[in-house]
Amino acid sequence: MSGHSSYVPKTGFERWLDARLPIIRLTHDSAVSYPVPRNLNYLWTFGGILMFMLVAQIVTGVVLVMHYTPHATMAFNSVEHIMRDVNYGWLLRYLHSNGASMFFVAVYVHIFRGLYYGSYKAPREVLWILGVVIFLLMMATAFMGYVLPWGQMSFWGATVITNLFSALPVVGETIVTFLWGGFSVDNPTLNRFFSLHYLLPFMIFGVVILHVWALHHVGQNNPTGVEVKNVQKDTVPFTPYATIKDIFGMVCFMFVFAYFVFYQPNFMGHADNYIPANPAVTPAHIVPEWYFLPFYAILRAIPDKLGGVVAMGAAIVVLAFLPWIDTSKIKSMSYRPIGRQLFWAFVVVCIGLGWLGAMPAEGGYVIASRIFTALYFGYFVALFVVGLFERPKALPNSIADSVLGSLQGGSGARVALATAAEPNAKG
Amino acid sequence: MAHATDTKSTQTTRRDFLMLATGAAGAVGLGAVVVPLVSQLAPDAQTVAAGAPIDVDLAPIAEGQAIKLFWRGKLIFVRHRTKKEIDEARSVDVATLPDPQTDQSRVKEGHDQYLVVYGSCTHLGCVPLGNNPGDNKGDYDGWFCPCHGSHYDSSGRIRRGPAPLNLPVPPYAFSTDSKIRIG
Amino acid sequence: MSKISFRSAAFGLLLAALPLSAQAAGERVIPPELSWSFSGPFGKFDRAQLQRGYKVFKEVCASCHGATLLRFRNLSQPGGPEFSAGQITALAATFQIKDGPNDEGEMFERPGRPADPFPSPFPNEQAARAASGGAYPVDLSVIAKARTYERGFPKFVFDIFTQYQEQGPDYLAALLTGYKDPPPEGVTLQPGQYYNTYMPGHLIAMPKPLNDGQVEYPKGADGQPQVPETEAQYARDVTAFLVWAAEPHLEARKRIGLQVMLFLLIFGGLLYYTKKKVWSRMPDGSAAH
Repeated sequence: MSGHSSYVPKTGFERWLDARLPIIRLTHDSAVSYPVPRNLNYLWTFGGILMFMLVAQIVTGVVLVMHYTPHATMAFNSVEHIMRDVNYGWLLRYLHSNGASMFFVAVYVHIFRGLYYGSYKAPREVLWILGVVIFLLMMATAFMGYVLPWGQMSFWGATVITNLFSALPVVGETIVTFLWGGFSVDNPTLNRFFSLHYLLPFMIFGVVILHVWALHHVGQNNPTGVEVKNVQKDTVPFTPYATIKDIFGMVCFMFVFAYFVFYQPNFMGHADNYIPANPAVTPAHIVPEWYFLPFYAILRAIPDKLGGVVAMGAAIVVLAFLPWIDTSKIKSMSYRPIGRQLFWAFVVVCIGLGWLGAMPAEGGYVIASRIFTALYFGYFVALFVVGLFERPKALPNSIADSVLGSLQGGSGARVALATAAEPNAKG
Repeated sequence: MAHATDTKSTQTTRRDFLMLATGAAGAVGLGAVVVPLVSQLAPDAQTVAAGAPIDVDLAPIAEGQAIKLFWRGKLIFVRHRTKKEIDEARSVDVATLPDPQTDQSRVKEGHDQYLVVYGSCTHLGCVPLGNNPGDNKGDYDGWFCPCHGSHYDSSGRIRRGPAPLNLPVPPYAFSTDSKIRIG
Repeated sequence: MSKISFRSAAFGLLLAALPLSAQAAGERVIPPELSWSFSGPFGKFDRAQLQRGYKVFKEVCASCHGATLLRFRNLSQPGGPEFSAGQITALAATFQIKDGPNDEGEMFERPGRPADPFPSPFPNEQAARAASGGAYPVDLSVIAKARTYERGFPKFVFDIFTQYQEQGPDYLAALLTGYKDPPPEGVTLQPGQYYNTYMPGHLIAMPKPLNDGQVEYPKGADGQPQVPETEAQYARDVTAFLVWAAEPHLEARKRIGLQVMLFLLIFGGLLYYTKKKVWSRMPDGSAAH
């Protein structure tokens, strides 16, 4: 995808620097001249939005640490100190706590976009797996961050999640003790979670660099799933085309983000986390943050302790194997009549699991959770099977064709348009 | 989309104006983001409130003694000077001092025996010696900073060494003959 | 162990003493939705209400409950009850605050200062329990945010758009006025238990706190209080005060929020047209799709 560099140093200094550290060339090649398929829709702005959210979380987080005290007896009050006394502390704290939720909103859109358009398929397998790694790191970071205010949900969330490891045979108990640094969740646990919560975002940042590198090496997927054939006709330069579109997408996203921060700052949190941590009593209804709910439902669906943990882990890890599970040669679900229905069923299943994760683990909810868990994994089996016999719709010849074709007529005329489109493109 | 019916110049102007307005709005937004990030660095409301004035009782300080106390996290020396120390401070020719100030201007009238100064060397912030009986008081019967050898006299004025200024006098007033309020 | 953990531990024990099982929680009576001056995107506190609420808090609640995250100076900061700085200094001085140790190593009492936190009514949890029949009166600093009830689907989705988020205050106001004496038939109360319609499980260790005429409100020019001195009014006023106590920067948040939203709207609009302009031409000068 990436041809040779089109960067031409203009000034003497640029030439001097370019011979020593070609950083301007790197920036130019990856953020200015980098060719972007011209038919990307707004779902493709979520990569940029996620980059923005990562930076926003790091910036607000670093600032919050200037006022936060990681100690079991002081953490709760230090967060309240931020909310009450620090200049704009309430804003920074609400930005950070709601930012975590918005980060997950964006990452789920990003993941489902990849699922729909088959962005995991060759040659993007490594790009996709790096994405799964980022997702895992995000989950770990968010979980440990939620522990830091040391409220009731913090404490009991930490207790429940760390106890998952006790399901492992032989070494389980030892691992849990080592996670805690004691015999229960306590101050040492808070301290190490704080340390790791500060570290992991920078690891995420590192993997994001690899993710973007892999992306720029293989090039972006696009709504047709047809690879770029002619850079001149199929693509536009990243700047200004993708830049301005991404920024517009980001501002729209910020609008939603700001709405929650300023008008509903506690909507996505739990009231119980405004009660200081208390090892003597568990809240009546303990649930994780909304973005973990589908996985939490899978965990609870399996009646066996180890089985539940394995199922939950598998639900995430299975994503990494998608490039080889999906047997279809066609990337975009737009051209897969059965695959598309499967995809939308999968979306419904995930939302259903999320809802079940928030319900108490009793009666019909448990049965429903089991059915939905089976359906969740069923999606991957179905993708494998359906790909073997599904008859896809006709693909456009090229990205340029699909763009110009969609203007001029129905999908059936696409192949015929391939030649007719030539003069139009020069317009 | 528009088929180049506009003349090129109006199109350019409109485009330029739009770009300019968008860029300006973006700059305003970035600027607004900086406000909370920077102002959180300022002292928070509790730190400010805790820096309210404090009352100090001078009666327990015997002649020739000094006490240390903190106000707003800053060290303050309160010294009950002897007659000899006051005379020394007042007999020097002010014009020869590195930071010329009269002793009278550094104490409250009628309470000449009490000297109240910040206990932080004006060179690089070390705490000068001279409050305890066995301390090195420097060559001028005041304070001596052990870090880089600044000598302060019995009025807290710099006499020799790298420090550029006299020990500053904090804001205070006598509420009674033996009580001051700092702040 | 710190004061916080004591407070929380004690609160836990209080809850544990009550039959708060899933079934009991299921019996919850949903509190009525009241109208509050601070709700919605333009919500603001009613200063007079906050001042009255503080009076109720000080004369009734504070005899058992602490609110240790609050400081006297908060009562004069913008966006709150906005007492004058002079009033606050005088008010703080009416409290004796434990300080020290002094040069002799003794703890001593001194008049309060605006920077001091609200004093706790009890020196420690054990004392509080001993004085309250074994139950621990929880700290009220963030109680308005720490109490809620399930909205359920689809209400919680609508709440995003209606901005309804006053579950906490609605519950508190309902709880304060939700006592039934004698309790409904079939309910037997142990000593130190009271029946409250809105408490999950209905059994509460706090006796009915508010009664008509209990707190004297400031009089208007005609010698009459501006609002009725009734239990319902006290409950609303003290609840409003507790909402402010839990979220003292609520007004600034909503005010700045409006500015931010307007800015994003304008900036987003400009970006939209800029984007359209950019995409109207392809790099080779051809018209886009």
